[in-house]
Amino acid sequence: MNLLRILVALFAAFIAVSPASTLAGDGGRAAGPAIEIANPGKCVAPVEEMRRNHMEMLKHQRDRSLRQGIRGEPASLNACIECHASKKTGSVLGKGDFCESCHAYAAVKLDCFECHQPRAGFKATGVKP
Amino acid sequence: MTAPQSPDNNPRRAFIAAAGAGVAGLGFTVIAPGLHLMAVASDANAASAATEARKAGTAASPAVRWGLLIDANKCAPGCTKCVDACHTENGVSEKLPDPRQNSQWIRKIELVDKRNGRVTQLPMMCQHCANPPCVDVCPTGASMKRADGIVLVDRHTCIGCRYCMMACPYKARSFVHAPLHDQNPDVPRGQGCVESCTLCVHRVDKGQQPACVESCPEGAMMFGDLFDPGSAIARRIASVPTTQVRADLRLNPGVRYQGI
Repeated sequence: MNLLRILVALFAAFIAVSPASTLAGDGGRAAGPAIEIANPGKCVAPVEEMRRNHMEMLKHQRDRSLRQGIRGEPASLNACIECHASKKTGSVLGKGDFCESCHAYAAVKLDCFECHQPRAGFKATGVKP
Repeated sequence: MTAPQSPDNNPRRAFIAAAGAGVAGLGFTVIAPGLHLMAVASDANAASAATEARKAGTAASPAVRWGLLIDANKCAPGCTKCVDACHTENGVSEKLPDPRQNSQWIRKIELVDKRNGRVTQLPMMCQHCANPPCVDVCPTGASMKRADGIVLVDRHTCIGCRYCMMACPYKARSFVHAPLHDQNPDVPRGQGCVESCTLCVHRVDKGQQPACVESCPEGAMMFGDLFDPGSAIARRIASVPTTQVRADLRLNPGVRYQGI
């Protein structure tokens, strides 16, 4: 009986760990997204939490910023982009770039950048229409 | 009366001098002995003293109401610096085949009194009403007024129905008709949503002034807190006749005009 319990626990641990290891693209059985991280270890939350909850963090931050005017919160889309934009394309949205690679892998539509600027350090040069 | 003291070691004199320097940047020029020309600092300087950056993590305060005072007498004919600065700051650059579909956050308008030919120029934008009709009609709650009086569109909930464009008596809002790519990171904007002047909310929160105010070469625009009786804008409104456009609608716009 004890042996069975240990086996179940081991299996559960394997299930819990395996999505992370596939996502990290460490040569697991499934092809994972290639994630390039320019500044590892400087994120506002641990990797596991960011993977599962970044959308919630951004959603609540956006409402506080826009509706209440609270600025300078750690969860900020612009801060994500500044840190995670690819060194090659300068963007998080090019093929294989930070946001795109995972969202394409998970087949989750990414709407943020229909309005937000995906390039780091971009300065708009508007002209008179 | 008292022993002579140099100004340096008299703390009261130092205090009075500092207070004098602080009063809206009043400057004195000696024209003749005993005769001084008193000059008030330019509007831009006075307004910048009235704003300061809000601390990170704090919400906009209802004790503040941001507003503009525009002096139409100073607004130069043919000058579009405020329009250009707004569109540069906010990344409004699209040129659509039908120019009526281009976004327009601010525009210059010309009023002609047909009886005597008097021409008045003024920039017109979202008037940041205290009772905004665009907020009343919005079916999703996307059109909103922030605690400090800035009227904004929450594009996360805007469905692009354009009721607010119909409701606005100032024609201040635009609908984005085409996909956009070159947005300013601080000013997200995209197809399918309504947008308008944000009073450069991203700059105001940093303690800066709106781009149009900063760019005006004539100093015709003044930005500040209408609720603070000590602010340059409130003192000016208390001392000179100013107008709210379509005051009959009782929307109490935060943008006031002088000389119209």
